[in-house]
Parts: sequence; C-alpha cells; structure tokens
Amino acid sequence: MTENRLREIVDSMPSELPSAVRSSRVRGEEIWIEVERERFRDVAAHIHNSWGANLITLHAVDNRTSTGDFKVVAVLALKGELETLTIMFPVEPNEPRFPSLTPEIPCADWYEREIHDMFGIVPVDHPELRPLVLYDDWPEGEYPLRKDFDPHRRPGRIPSAYRFRRVEGEGVFEIPVGPIHAGVIEPGHFRFSVAGEPIIALEVRLGYVHKGIEKLSESTPYDKGVYLSERISGDNSFAHSLAYCQAVEAIAGVEVPERGLYLRSAFAEMERIYNHFGDLGGIALDTAFGVGAAHAAILRERMMAMNERATGSRFLRSVNRLGGVSLDLDQEQVEAVLSQLVILKLEFKEFVELITGTPSLLDRTESTGRLSLEAAKDLNVVGPGARASGVDRDVRRDHPYAAYRNLSFRVPVRSEGDVDARMRVKIDEVYESMSIVDQALGNLPKGEVTTPKFEIPPGRIGMSLVESPRGELVHWIISGDGRPFRHKIRDASFHNWRAMEVAVLGNIVPDFPLINKSFNLSYSGSDL
Amino acid sequence: MFRAIDKGVRRKGVVTIPLPIVPQAPEDARELERAGLELEERVRKAFGRSLAIREVDAGSCNACEVEVNALSNPIYDMERFGLHVVASPRHADVLLVTGPVTRNMEHALLQAYRSTPAPKLIVAMGDCACNGGVFRDSYATRKGVAEVLKVDLCIPGCPPRPIDILRAFSTLMDSLR
Repeated sequence: MTENRLREIVDSMPSELPSAVRSSRVRGEEIWIEVERERFRDVAAHIHNSWGANLITLHAVDNRTSTGDFKVVAVLALKGELETLTIMFPVEPNEPRFPSLTPEIPCADWYEREIHDMFGIVPVDHPELRPLVLYDDWPEGEYPLRKDFDPHRRPGRIPSAYRFRRVEGEGVFEIPVGPIHAGVIEPGHFRFSVAGEPIIALEVRLGYVHKGIEKLSESTPYDKGVYLSERISGDNSFAHSLAYCQAVEAIAGVEVPERGLYLRSAFAEMERIYNHFGDLGGIALDTAFGVGAAHAAILRERMMAMNERATGSRFLRSVNRLGGVSLDLDQEQVEAVLSQLVILKLEFKEFVELITGTPSLLDRTESTGRLSLEAAKDLNVVGPGARASGVDRDVRRDHPYAAYRNLSFRVPVRSEGDVDARMRVKIDEVYESMSIVDQALGNLPKGEVTTPKFEIPPGRIGMSLVESPRGELVHWIISGDGRPFRHKIRDASFHNWRAMEVAVLGNIVPDFPLINKSFNLSYSGSDL
Repeated sequence: MFRAIDKGVRRKGVVTIPLPIVPQAPEDARELERAGLELEERVRKAFGRSLAIREVDAGSCNACEVEVNALSNPIYDMERFGLHVVASPRHADVLLVTGPVTRNMEHALLQAYRSTPAPKLIVAMGDCACNGGVFRDSYATRKGVAEVLKVDLCIPGCPPRPIDILRAFSTLMDSLR
C-alpha cells in the first residue's frame, strides 16, 4: 500500500527529478526519501504542489558525531492520505547551506530562520534571513542545537538592534505594541504600519519566551521528558505530552492498552472544551460584550474544576505517561464527568444562543480578519483557523491516534474565514468534543490503562501528530541514550502566527485584539 | 445601539439571561469567601485601599496566566476582595512575575520594574519564577526572578491554584507589617 504510494510519487516527478532521489524506504505509514542537497527544493516543491501536501515540519539534526554531517529533514503530509513523506538530505559541516524552500513554500520561512539560528546552516535565497528566537544580542558562532554547544552555558550579549520591516510613504506611521501587554497574556511584539485607521502591514516579532526547550529535552530522561513536554504550552499540556508519549512509544514499538487509548481521547477532548470556552469568552470580551464573557468564564472554570476532580490537575498534567495514562477512572468518576458534561452542554447552548443572537457582537465578528483559503493553504495554517477558511483537515480524522479510529465525530468546516467563522467552528467543535468524551467514557474497554515499563532503543526515529485545541502539533524524536538525541517540537501556533499577519490587513487597529483572540495562539509553544 | 437592544428584547424577551445553576460547590465557595475576606482585611490595613497588581510574563508556559485570569472570573472575582489587575506597571503596587526570566524578557522585566512606583513589591509566581523550575538549566533562561530582582514572596506550584494565589497575597500583606 505505502510502497505503491512511494512508486506513484516517484513516477509523478518530472523526468529530471527522480535521479535526485538517492534512496528510499517505507516504514508503516511513513515514506522516507533521501535526496541530493542541491535539488531538495525542486523535489519538495514538486511534491508539495502536485500532491497538495502540507509541510508538517522542517528542521535540522546535528549528526556530526555519527555520520559526520548535518541532516535537514522536511516532513510532508499527503493530502487526503494516511501517509507522511519525509525528505532528508545531508549538509556537510564545511559547507553549511542548502537551497531555501521559502520561495516555493512560504510556510518554510520561520523554519529556515530557526535552522539558521540554531545550527548556523544557511538557507540560500531566503528572502529575509533575520534572527527568529535568538536575538541580535546573541553572539555570532554560537549555535545552541549543535551537539558541541554546552546546554548550561549562557553566552554574553553583544550590542546590536533588530531591524523591523519598514513601510514607507506619506502618512504612514508605525505603532509598536508589546512585549508586555495591557492584559494578562504572554509577551510578544506587534509592529503595525498604518495609514489612517487600516493596518497596511503587521510584523509579529516573537521569541521573548524562548526557553531552549528542544535543547533541554536532549538532556532530559524520557520519563521526565513527559513533564517537560507538559510545560511547552500550559493550556495545551495534554496535547503536547500526548504527542511526546506517542513519539516515544512509536520508537519503542509499544502498544498502549485499549482502555488507556480511550482515556487519552477523552482527556484530549476535555482539554479542547475548556480551551474553546476560553477562546469564545475572549471573543465576547473583545467585542465589549461582558455578559457573554462572564458566562464563558464560568463555563471554563467549571470545566477546569472538573478536570481537577477527575485527574487531580486543572490542566490535566501528570496524566499522560509513557505507555498509557497514569490514572484510571472508576465507574463513579465516569458518571460524575458525564453528568457534569450534560449540564455544561445545556449551559453552553444557552451561551451560544446569547452570543450568536447579539447583533452588537456579530457586527464586530462578521467580515473581520478574513483569511482566504488561498492564504490558509500557502501558509499551511492548521486547526480551527484553517477549517474556518475552508481547509478540511483534522489530524484526529486524517492521521488517527489514541482511540479516534473508533469514535465518530464530524469535522466542522466553514468558508468565510473571518472571526465569525472561527468562532462558529469552535462552537461546533465543542459539541463534537462533548460527544467524543461521551462516547469514549461511555464505552471504556476493560483492562489496564498502561503498559509495563519498556525499553527505548537508541538511534530510532518516532513522529507523532496530535490535533491540539489550536490545531495540528508535531513531536519528532530521534532516540538517544535514555533520552532524545534530537527532539523537534512544532506547535500549531508556529504556523498560525503567519496567518495573523495576513488576516489583519485592511482591518482597523481596534479590531486587532479581536482577530488575535479568534486565533488565540500560543507564544510559549511557538518560541519553545 | 437602540436597534440592537430592541432586536435582542424582541427576540429573547430579555437582553441578558440569568445563570441557570449554582456555579460552584458550596464548600468551595465558603473556603474562597474565607480566604478572600482575610485578604481584604489585610490589604486594607496595609494600604488603606485596594491593591493594584501588574502581571509580567517573563517566560511562563501560560498556565500561570490562565490561573491569574481565572482570579478575575465571576467565581473567584478577586476585585470584590480589593485586588485588581492594572494595565500598566505605573499603576501597580505589585509586580506579579511568572516564568524563569528568559534571556529575551529580562530587559522588558527590568523596564517594567523601573516604571513601577514604590513600594515595588515583587511576587514570583509558579515554580519557574521561584527557582527556574524545569527550565533552570537552560542556556536561554535565568534560574528564577530572584536572579534579577529582590523577591518579596514566592508562590510555589505549577501552576498554583487560584485560591492558593489569594492566600499567598495574605502572607505578603502580613510581611509588610
């Protein structure tokens, strides 16, 4: 099956390309090809465009200690297929560069700037190779993700200033916002260029909360790695730890007991529900509809209190563990959760009627912050933000994990692409999530919730995709000695921040917070 | 505006709807009430007015922010106990700092500190802010707020629960006597 797909891919290439493929192999639903460095862009762009593939991650690995070179890895998901395609090529240390993918696949932009920051490998022809998370005061020649960089050393600062993109012309002025904002939110800098009221350009500058998580993970034993992964993005703790566990389980070739899988799906949806409650409340708040915001805040608080009663953690932390989950729910607890959900569903319905029946709110949400389907595809936008623009993609359905194969749910898709569409997609998703929790907990299989302790062999690769509340996230791990040798993390926000820059264009500055809230992106997850 | 209200009234009969059921278990509500009133008394004694808090995220994973925001929801509603979150450090009595202090936020944190008027109380909230937490050995972070500012109170927890944050503020007020 997967072998056939590989053949189809190679056959579909224009005549000069197949010779660029040096080797290929197939493992489960993963296809791997190794290509020549100089023709990487052509091969990747061809598959991306002609197969309607999504770029899932693009990153480098310092392999100098074993094969004497760096590897650059790009993973694509083939549209409508289960398979993922990994394209890999070596980069010699004495010639650290490769042809940039950004001119062909715009979404590669931040990935390549990150590779440049972290490994000192230059993507040639990149349109604007500025630092991403290591600021200008970071000394040259220090590359944190290279193996010879001491993880505990804190290099000094050099005097330097960041260059923002400039828009020039009569009547154009800039509004700098952040990194510390008026509300209690994460830090990031937004640089608006405006002429009159409408925004003509926005540059999102992040990196303020860069904590070196990928490097830390390389010195963190697997069991503690679960703990670390829960702290990548706090409100997506469960989704991140789930992806981490699944990647490690893939490396070890371990099966999680059925009951553990069902519990994972239920908890993942409980996380989505409280996040979506918060997002919807944020939209009400930013349209100055305080009553709606208060209702949503109560719903969210009750959901988090329920998380705490069921698992001991309001954020569902310390629930995932390698090989399953760390706790079981007895019949009484299951019933408590399900009956609470019934009440919440009724309350949520009232809340939805309230916000969707309030013209002053709809007046702000409709046609605001529109993201076109074309832009959403070009930037590989993921999650509710993509589905509100007509991209029919959901990892739970397209690359099923945990118990999703056995659960039935709808993937809401809309076409308007505005704040209103994102709001309504999230509303529909809450109902679907409630139904999934109901199905999963109502049909919990008997048995263990976790496998006994297992060995994790070094030198293998495991990848896991998870549909977090914000959308598709990826953990990609090469195993080392009792800990990851390389751990690439990609949060949904890393793709979606670019969509913000596009969605705000032509909107007035006061609508920015609303548009921002409708995406509700993670800074910590993006900065790592 | 009038049209909106009119439409709302005609459609639903009312513009707002009452909350259908009790939002919180009675014992939790009582516990919260007790902690809140204790805090209110102490804040009044120390400041003779309410307490203004500016939150600064210096590298948190955002879980601490979720809990600080929860304190303003209708269930905790900390403003009734005389605590409120202000938009600028210039209006703040307390800087509530979360995160281990990343290299890239250090400058902004110090700027916020300089903008804060006396008494410039510094509260480090969450394990990261207290001692760097899981990030303490990273090249990109400090080992907590105390490496850059004099900390008046640490609130441990990952993240601390909303009610624990309220109780910790009582401790802070006691320390001012």
